[in-house]
Formats: sequence, C-alpha cells, structure tokens
Amino acid sequence: MSQANATDGTVSASDRPKGLFERTIGSIVLLKESPVGLVGAVLVTIFFIVAIFAPLLAPHHYETFIMPMAAPLSTGPNGEFLLLGADLRGRDIFSRLIYGTQRVVFYASLATFCAYIVGILMGLAAGYFRGWVDEVLSFLANVILSFPVMVLFVLIITSIGASGATIVFAVVFASAPGIMRIVRGLTLDIATRDYIAAAQTRGESPWYIMLVELLPNARGPLIVDACLRMGYTTITIGALGFLGLGLPPPFPDWGGMINETRTLAMGGFWWMPFFPALAVSLLVLGFNLLADGLREVSLRD
Amino acid sequence: MARLLVRRLGLMLLIMLVVGFILFIVNEGDPRKVARGVLGPYAQEQQLDIWIQENGYDRPIPVRFLDWVGGVATGDLGESVQYKRPVNEFFWERLGNTGILAGLTFLIMVPLALLLGVLAGMKEGSLQDRTISVASIITTSIPEFASAVILTTVFVIQLKWLPGTSSMAAGWDWMQMILPVTVLVLYGFGYIARMTRASMAEVMTTHYIRTAVLKGLPYKRVILKHALRNALIAPFTVIMLQLNWLLSGVVVTEYAFAYKGFGTLLLEAALRRDIFVIEACGLAAVFVAVLSQTLGDIGYTFLNPRIRFS
Amino acid sequence: MSDTLQQAEPVKSPPKGEPVLAIDNLSISYFIRAGEVPAVKDFTLTLYPGEAVGIVGESGCGKSTVAMAIMQYMGGNGGIVGGSIKFMGRDMSKMSQEELRQLRGSDIAMIYQEPMSALNPSMLIGRQLLEVPLFHEPGISEDDAWTRAEEMLAKVKLPDPARVMNAYPHQISGGQQQRVVIAMALLSNPTLLLLDEPTTALDVTVEAGIVKLIKEISAEFGTSMIYISHNMGLILETCDRVCVMYSGVAVETGTVKEVFDMMRHPYTRGLFGSIPLPTADKNANPLVPIRGQLPLPYNRPDGCYFGPRCDFFEEGRCDDPKGVPWLTVDEASGHAVRCLRWTEIDWDNYTPDMEQHPPNEPGEEVLHVENMRKYFEVRDTSLKALFTGKASRWVKANESISFSARKRETVAIVGESGCGKSTFAKVLMGLETSTDGQIVYNGEEISQLPVTRRTPRQIGSLQMVFQNPNETLNPSHTVGGQIIRVIKKFGVAKSEEDVHKRVDELLDLVKLPRAFKYRKPRQLSGGQKQRIGIARAFAGYPPMVIADEPVSALDVSVQAAVTGLLMDIQRQYDTTLLFISHDLSVVRYLSDRVVVMYLGMIMEQGDVEEVYAPPYHPYTEALLSAVPIADTSIEKREIVLEGNLPSVLNPPKGCPFSTRCPRKIGAICDEERPPFRDAGNGHVITCHIELEELSKVEPVIVTKSPGGGAGEKAPEPAE
Ligand SMILES: Nc1ncnc2c1ncn2[C@@H]1O[C@H](COP(=O)(O)OP(=O)(O)OP(=O)(O)O)[C@@H](O)[C@H]1O
Ligand code: SF4
Ligand code: SF4
Ligand SMILES: [Mg+2]
Repeated sequence: MSQANATDGTVSASDRPKGLFERTIGSIVLLKESPVGLVGAVLVTIFFIVAIFAPLLAPHHYETFIMPMAAPLSTGPNGEFLLLGADLRGRDIFSRLIYGTQRVVFYASLATFCAYIVGILMGLAAGYFRGWVDEVLSFLANVILSFPVMVLFVLIITSIGASGATIVFAVVFASAPGIMRIVRGLTLDIATRDYIAAAQTRGESPWYIMLVELLPNARGPLIVDACLRMGYTTITIGALGFLGLGLPPPFPDWGGMINETRTLAMGGFWWMPFFPALAVSLLVLGFNLLADGLREVSLRD
Repeated sequence: MARLLVRRLGLMLLIMLVVGFILFIVNEGDPRKVARGVLGPYAQEQQLDIWIQENGYDRPIPVRFLDWVGGVATGDLGESVQYKRPVNEFFWERLGNTGILAGLTFLIMVPLALLLGVLAGMKEGSLQDRTISVASIITTSIPEFASAVILTTVFVIQLKWLPGTSSMAAGWDWMQMILPVTVLVLYGFGYIARMTRASMAEVMTTHYIRTAVLKGLPYKRVILKHALRNALIAPFTVIMLQLNWLLSGVVVTEYAFAYKGFGTLLLEAALRRDIFVIEACGLAAVFVAVLSQTLGDIGYTFLNPRIRFS
Repeated sequence: MSDTLQQAEPVKSPPKGEPVLAIDNLSISYFIRAGEVPAVKDFTLTLYPGEAVGIVGESGCGKSTVAMAIMQYMGGNGGIVGGSIKFMGRDMSKMSQEELRQLRGSDIAMIYQEPMSALNPSMLIGRQLLEVPLFHEPGISEDDAWTRAEEMLAKVKLPDPARVMNAYPHQISGGQQQRVVIAMALLSNPTLLLLDEPTTALDVTVEAGIVKLIKEISAEFGTSMIYISHNMGLILETCDRVCVMYSGVAVETGTVKEVFDMMRHPYTRGLFGSIPLPTADKNANPLVPIRGQLPLPYNRPDGCYFGPRCDFFEEGRCDDPKGVPWLTVDEASGHAVRCLRWTEIDWDNYTPDMEQHPPNEPGEEVLHVENMRKYFEVRDTSLKALFTGKASRWVKANESISFSARKRETVAIVGESGCGKSTFAKVLMGLETSTDGQIVYNGEEISQLPVTRRTPRQIGSLQMVFQNPNETLNPSHTVGGQIIRVIKKFGVAKSEEDVHKRVDELLDLVKLPRAFKYRKPRQLSGGQKQRIGIARAFAGYPPMVIADEPVSALDVSVQAAVTGLLMDIQRQYDTTLLFISHDLSVVRYLSDRVVVMYLGMIMEQGDVEEVYAPPYHPYTEALLSAVPIADTSIEKREIVLEGNLPSVLNPPKGCPFSTRCPRKIGAICDEERPPFRDAGNGHVITCHIELEELSKVEPVIVTKSPGGGAGEKAPEPAE
C-alpha cells in the first residue's frame, strides 16, 4: 500500500462553505488594502444611499419655488436654507441634485445591467462556440463599435425620441459589443482549462458549461469592468442631458441642469451649473477609484 | 504584409457599406418621411407624391441604395434641408474645423500621456507612480461637459483670462481654442496614460528585462532599447481607438463652446431632421473611426514582429 | 566514514586555488504584506575554478533564489538578511551598482529556464547578442561585436548562424532559443556560469543536445558552473559536486558520486526512493513516497525542517529550535549532512517495507483501436478569407493508430510534445470524432460517437485524469460539489444520501479526509488536487481510465505517492489504465505495454521489457539514450539527435523520423512509409531496417558492476 496519507485531517473553520454575506464582508476587508479603492467605495456608497433615500434626504421638493437665483448658503423668504443656492425658477439646487442622483443612479444601473446580460451572453457564445457564431457576432460588434459613441447616441435618440427606455436601449446597444469582446476574450482563455474539458467529457450541455463552469471564473475582471462602465454610463447620461437629448423634464437631471443654466453662469450665476458638474464628477470618480482598487486587490492574490 | 493590407481594407469597406446601409435605411427607408422632411409639415399629400416621383423615391430600396452609394462615392452628398444649400458647400469646412480641434488635442495629449505613463510604469508602486496614477484617474473622471463648466467658472468668470465661447465669430482666434483643447486633453489623456503605465509595468516584470539587466546593460539602455518598444505596442492600439472616443467628446465640447465644427453641425441636423447632413456626418464619423482602427491594426502588426512574421 | 559527530566546515574539497565563489551562511527573505518569508536560510557553498556544482531540490526550496542572490538581483521585495557572497574574494553586497553592472553578463553569466521569455520578442537576435561585447569590452565596434556574436552562434552549434542573427526569437525553435541564450552567456567568457533549469522547458531529445553542449563548454572553456535542477539524473550527467536543498536549507552536500551512492540524509534517501530508477518495479520493488508535503516557507517546524516527514524523527532532539548544524560524513571528499541522527540510522536496511504485489493478470480485451486517423483541417474560416480565397491544409495529428488494451493492464503512450498523444485522448473521450478507422470500447464502436451523443453509462465508463493540478478543478466550486455533480451526471447514485455516501467513499479511496469536500480547490496542494481529479474519474466505476500526464506537474516526492495511489485503485477496481506521458522512466516503472509515438504515428509498441531492450526502433533508442538516469551504476550509450521536430503541417513524406534518424538507410526512408515489422508477442517496430539488423544493436542502458558505494543497493539489471 502506498504510505502516503493526507496531511491534516482536521476540520478547520476554512473547511466550512462560506455564505454570500461572509464573502461580501471579505471583499470589503480586502479593499482596505487599497486606500484608493476605499475612497471610491465610500463615494459610491454615499451616492447610492442618497439615491435610495432621496425623498427623505431632500429638504424640498424638486419643483418647489423658493427664491430665484439665490446664491449658495442664502436663506429663502420662509427661512428655507438654500445650501447650494437656487436656480432661475427658484428651485433649491441641493434638492434637485439629490433627486437627480436618484435618476442617474437608477438609469445607469439599469442600463449597465441590461448591457451586461446581452454582452455576457453574446461573449460566451462567441468565445465558446467560435466558428461562424463568433464570426457573425464579432462582425456585428465591430460595426457598432466603429460608430463614435456620442454620434450613435445622437442618431438613435433623435430618430426614436428621448425617454428613459430609449436611453437604456441606446446604452445597451452601444456598450454590449464592448462587454462582449471582454467576455469573449476571457472565455477563449478559460475554455482551454482542464476543468472545462472535464465538464465536456462528462457530457454537460454547452450552456451549463458556459454559465456554471466558465462565467464564475471570469467574474474578477468583469466586476472591475462593470465599475468602469457604470462610471462611463453616468457620463453618457449626463452628456445626453447636457446636449438636450436626455430625460424629459420636470424630473431633475444633472446634465439637463447644467445645460439649462450654463448661459446664465456667464452672468455670474456660476453655482447653477457648477454643482451638478461637481456631482457628476464625484460619482464617476467614485466608480473609477473603486474599479482601480478592485483591480489592484485582485492582482495581488 | 500586402495581403494583410488588402484584407484590412476589404473589411473596412465592408463595414462602411453596412454602416452606410443602416444610415440609409434609418433616414431614407420611408420615402414619405423624406418628402415630408424636405417639403415641410404643411405640404399636401399630393405634393409629396409628386416629389417622390420626381426624385425617384418610388424605386425599390436596393436600387435607391445603389444610387445613393454611387452619389456618395462621386462626392454628391445631397442638399441640406435647413440651409437649402448643397451639403458639400459647408460640410467640409465644418469637418476641417473639427480636424483642427482634434489634431491639436492629439498633438498635446498623446506625448503627455505616453511620457507620464512610462514614468509611472517604470517604477511600479513608487510615489511617482501613485501620484501620476491618481491624477490621471481624477482627470478621466471629469466628463467634458463638467470640466467645461468648471474651467469656464474659473478662467472665464472668475479670472477673466479666456473667452467663454469659441464660435470664432470675429475670425479665427487661437485664444478661443485653449479651453476646448484643454477640456478634451484633460478627459482623454488619463486613459492612455493608464494603459501605458499598465503595459510598461508589465514589461518591467518580464524575463527579457531581467535578461537585459543581468547582461550588464546600463539602466537607461534597458529602458530605452528593451522596455519602451514592447511597452508601447499595447497603448498604440488604444491611441488609435481613442480617435473614436475623441469624436464623441468633440460633439459635447463643440456644443459646450459653440465651436462651429462637425459636432455642432450633426446636433443641429439631428434636431431638425436634416437627413442628408445627418448621413454625411454619420459617414464621416464612421469613416474616421474605421480608418483609425485599420491603421491601428496595421501599425500593431508592424510593431509586433511576432505577428508580422507568422 | 567518520564515526564521531564532528562539527564541520560544510564544503571542504581539496583546495584548487582561490574559490571563485564563496557563499557563507546566506539567508534571503522576501517581504510581502503578510510579513517576512524566509526563502533561504544559512546557505553555504564554495565553488572552485573549473568546478560544476549542482543544486537540486523540489519546487519552492529556494534554488532560483540562490541564483538570483548571486546576481544580486532579487526584485523589489527580496533582500539578503544574513551572510555574505564573495565573488573572487570581493564581497558582492559592498559593490556599487556600477561595479555590479560590470560584473553581470561579463564575469557572471546566466542561462534561464524558459528561453522564449528570456529573449526580447521585438529585437533581432543579433542585436541582443552584440550588446554583450558592446557593453563589456571598451572600444569594440558594432561590426566587430556582430562578428563575434555570429562566431559564438556557430560555437553553440546553431545551423546557419547568419540567418539566426537576423531572426526574431519566435522564428526559431525552443532548443535553438536556448542555444542563443547560452551563446549570449558565453560571449563574455564568464568566470562563473549560472544555469537555472536550462532544459526543463524542452523535449527530452532536445534536452540531451543542450546537456551535451553544456558538458563540452565546461570542458573547453573551464568555466565554473552552478547547475540548478530538480532532476537528479541531469545533475549526475553535468556536475562534480551536488548540494541537496529542502525547504530553504541545504541538507546534504558532497561529491555527486558519494551523495548518490551513500546519501546520509533521510530526505535525500527519500528522494531517491521516489524516483523511478530502472531498478524499481511496481510489483516487486515499488517506489517509496515521502509522506506529507513540503512545509510553506512561513510555516516551517522548529529544528529540522524535514522532521514532520522523517521516519527517524526524535522528539526533543530533532525539534530543538537551535536548528541542525552541518555534520561531516567524510572529510576527504567534503561530504556533509544536516541530520542529527545520521550515525544512528541503519542505512543498509533503510528501505521501509512496501507491500509487494503479484503482477496483474491481464483479462479480456477492453479497448481495440484499428487504423484510427485524426486529421484537423486548418482553414482560414474568417470573413477575410472571402477576399483571399480559401486556404486549407491538413494536420495529421494521428495516423494509422492500431493497438489494444486489456482488462487490468496499464498501457502507456509515450512521445514528445506534438506527437498526437492528447489528440488521441480527445478522440477516445468523444471531444473529437475520428477521421477514419475504428475504436471499439467495451464492445461498442465509439470512434464516431461525440460525447454529446453518448449515454451517461458510456460517459461514466470512460473518464480521464488531467495533467495540470491547478486547472483540473473549477476554482469557483467546492470539491464536494464537483464530485457530486459527476456522481449525479453518471447516474451512479440517486438519493441525496447515497450520493453523499459515494462522495465519502471516493475521498476515502484517494486517502483524503472527508472534510475536504467543503474546501475550495485553492485550499488544496497540487498533489491533493490531483487526488480529487482521480476520485472524480473513478466516480462511475469505469473499466478504463485515461491519465494524461497525471503526475508530470507534481514534485518528485509527491509524484510517487500519486502514482502509487493510482495503481492501488487500479488493482482494487480492475481498471485498465491508459497512461499518457513523455517521461520514459515513469512509463517503464508502471506500465505493462508501451506505445511509442512520433509525429502522429506509432513507431514501436510492445510489452514494456521488450520495448526497453533491443531490437529498438531507432527513435526509441534515441529517446532511451536521452533520458537522464540518477544512478551512478548505469552507463548509457550517447545518441544525440540533430535538428528539430518537423512541423506537423509539413511532415516528412516517408518515415516521420527520417529527418533526424541516425540510422537512416537512404532515400527509401524519405519516400516510403516504413512497414510494420512484427517481432512476436505483439512487439511491432515501424522501420525500413530488418528486425535482424535491429536486434544486433547494443542495449542503450547497461549496468556497471556495482562498486564504490556502501552496497546498500542491489542493482538488478532491469531487463
Ligand atoms: N484542433 C486542432 N486544430 C489543428 N491542429 C491541432 C488541433 N489539435 C491538435 N492539433 C495539432 O496536432 C498535433 C498533436 O497535438 P497534441 O495536442 O495531441 O500533441 P501532444 O503530444 O499531446 O503534445 P504536448 O505534449 O505538447 O501536449 C499538434 O501539432 C497540434 O498542433
Ligand atoms: S535531524 Fe531528525 S528529523 Fe531531521 S532528518 Fe535527521 S533524523 Fe530526520
Ligand atoms: S524507416 Fe528509416 S528513417 Fe525511419 S526509423 Fe527506420 S531507418 Fe530511421
Ligand atoms: Mg499534450
């Protein structure tokens, strides 16, 4: 008989399967290693909390008339405190920013999520089946990616009209090919691993292999990419609002707020476009820093 | 090499054709919509029918598409609805203006980004690296429309150093170029710099750099002769793709500063459904993007001997 | 042999002038976030002019760290924390960067494990070579440097040096790349040459050529060498003295002859016990694995690091935190060990009892392969092909494969990279279908049956053990989950309870604790992962298991345990084992029948004793000669093959081996496929040479009369 016996037979804490909660905590603890990533996580968390609790946090309704063109830190006629001032139509900029957060976070998350579903399915199929499936999907992706994104958005939105659904559709249309390329690359790589061959040799179906055996092992780079893309979608939604192609009023929209007020800014009312611009930059910065931190931490392991 | 060139150009042509077809279908698929666009909202059904017949819009789509391709190929871009002038008359000037803006941006952005990226990647984890990395993350996080507002607040409103618009109303003025170019460079350079940094940092850990050091070469030669060339292969494709991104930024920046370029033209045309101008702008944008990708691919092949000789 | 325990100068060979290199009590650590990782502790070595010293040990024991420390190049997070390195009497830690630069590449040169990654991919080979003279010889012109480089390429026996000078690294083969790296190292005529696993990435016949070149260099240039390897056989071929490392410390040192013939450290003894030497036999004289696994550098025990795995461990002595000093075994030859109890161990009757087995009685035929062919079409399927017209070529990955395997038998398929072994496994598993021919398994024809059309029973009855332990298990799922999936998929057990019982059974079978089912693969060592892979393959009680290089990625001491386990399970289940390997020593040890492949074709097949003895196929003969054997009593006939493996896209028309065959008889070899020559008892040789001629060939491996050693071994001729 072989003398070899296994090393330690003891059941340590690490032998127990870990729950989702434990793993989430684990990743946050890991982020502690990267101060940059932590700053990003804090920024993103703040914006998400603001988005979820917007009606509770906003001092005023976004349409309430208080005092036109009030400067930051001024007080309204009924003693309303206007932290960031008011706009031309007398509405509290701070409250509008808070409601705007809700809107941008909601649409950015929804659009990115949908783009990911489409992109992942396309990328898995292209990378796993290869051959003509890959040829066709990759060519499609190439065609779409050869449009400058903003030109594509302008064309789509002016031909079907601006609405939340249009924006989600446009983002999915424009970013799914990019996601597909990343997933395809990861799939091509992971598909050469022996455990994929093992799954094939025990007769698993292709979609079982793609979704259960392959996708979980691609999650690292995809999470990093998703953070970056959330930031980029935020920029896109803002830019569309800025170009006057965004979500229709009256619900506040950061880009729209800048667009409406920027000519006034020349007259000295700088705060009207300035704070929305700052908000957009901080949220995007949060996503970018988080992505960078996650990448750094994942590279270390 | 020649084969590759032919293949790439063929693929480029194919993509242009497909894109052209999509543009054509979206804009001119429905003849009544075209006629309505040209003749205006008050034209009568009969007038529309006559217009459609006179201009050959009653022919089947494939025939009209071929006709359209022929027109575009021979430089006939149609007539603008809003200006009532041939598109050719004003289109190229607008494109030229955008060319100047984008060219200037590239000229400043690429060398700056490469330099900073190489400096950061050379010593991964050093203070120099961290500073450059964080700085480039911050600048890429400020979208063009936001930095336009912020820079205008500071340099136009507060300091009064620079003009706030770039419409060149009173003739060409270089001062009016400063803000748009700065806005584009700030947003764009961080991405290239970070790619370069990642590539450089990776090259510095490769075994052939170790070989070069252990061969007894001076550090400077290791960096310049062994690391740089390999490290610049990856950013090269990124730079070429960046042209595509730059065009997106150009639309926003031109709008922000009222610069009379291709971006503002496209926006106006899109809002007024000026279909021939939309088509011209769409084709131009895709042409630039596809051309840059093709050049990027060819350049990549050229830089990377492993592909060149396989 | 000295009887008294005597504190010793570790290495004290007869003085041959001033030492080239004197490493004294060197300790090296890496600093990571978790803290300090001591990679090497108290390492001492003296190297005299013209001497070749081998450093041997398993992965992670610190061999390369020592080499990099000699170069004073340890990356951003490594540092020397104790001791000194003196090169030609000068302390290297006191040198300035500029002094070091002048030393590197000129006085001390290095040859690396992976030649492909050691060369700059985007620079002409010539330009990379001429940098050496250019920066170490003041005043030399670029042209002169170029000429010198080209001359050196000729010296390392590269064909057509002028062409290689103007090529990029990826345009030449791996063996040629390594010759370029060697030329680069020799260009400055170094005093000291460091070789870090210079042949590990190469095929065995190419390795033989490189080893021969290295031996010639040391003879011609008189360079002192440090040769690092995990392969004892290579050390024997190239070195005068050897230093055995374990977990960051040197445990035994001395002349190669003495260490190989009378090792006096239990670890060295264990290593030799785990190597499949020609004397080992799976039934009568099985290998003895070392139990347990290597400790992690930050998790070492007190005292002797080998303690937890040592059969002679004595509490209170071996775990004394003071550590173990060097003790002299033989002063004259410089043989010393780091074992407190070496005088107390009965070395002559050392070998622990291994259970002996009667040889397997092969049963009925399980697998029959007849004239199987597998061609791949290499075609430009892209849209681009529309513009260029279709180009299509055929890769003949498998050509006329015929053999059979019987119940309880182990059939080995051996050959170098690209010979078509893995393709054959893929066809068997149904991941590819054959182009032509039959494969009858368990009475069913399966050559055209892709895995998607096989029944769960068919799938479960033919499973595979994969090569790479790090890839064989899905890192995202628990070990238990992965085994459960297999059991359910094969329909072996239905109820939840039965499934879990079977999981426990399988874990018991591969001798792992049942609690391992909750673990993720990253919490397992390489050997443990391979065991899980074996458990998974045996889940459906398969009559046959294919093992594609199941142990080649494992350390020597773990290899023996895993092969032992595999054979135990085979006996228990009466399984037929199809063992795919490039390692002729392992194959000789555990197989009953051998199939030798080259470029997709079977060159020779037969019972293991017959294949390893004349008449040989000329390719088998060359392979046997190329395998390094760690046994001083064995003498080999040297056959070094010229040239490279031909490309599979463009194989020779006649005999596939004709471009490199040393026995080639003429144009017939180039033009006609050789006939199958039956030597009886299923021994078939595919060659144009008559069997009679081939039978006259001398054996490649002969055993010298035993002598010199302490007589602890009784080497029986293998055949
Ligand atoms: N799908 C494929 N398409 C084209 N050629 C292939 C394909 N699969 C294998 N080959 C070629 O067939 C030859 C045999 O390959 P195979 O993988 O079976 O070799 P091997 O002996 O297992 O090599 P190694 O020891 O390096 O794994 C190789 O030259 C390989 O390039
Ligand atoms: S010192 Fe003790 S534990 Fe170490 S090898 Fe010798 S006998 Fe074994
Ligand atoms: S057929 Fe000719 S080339 Fe082939 S092995 Fe025999 S002698 Fe050598
Ligand atoms: Mg293989």
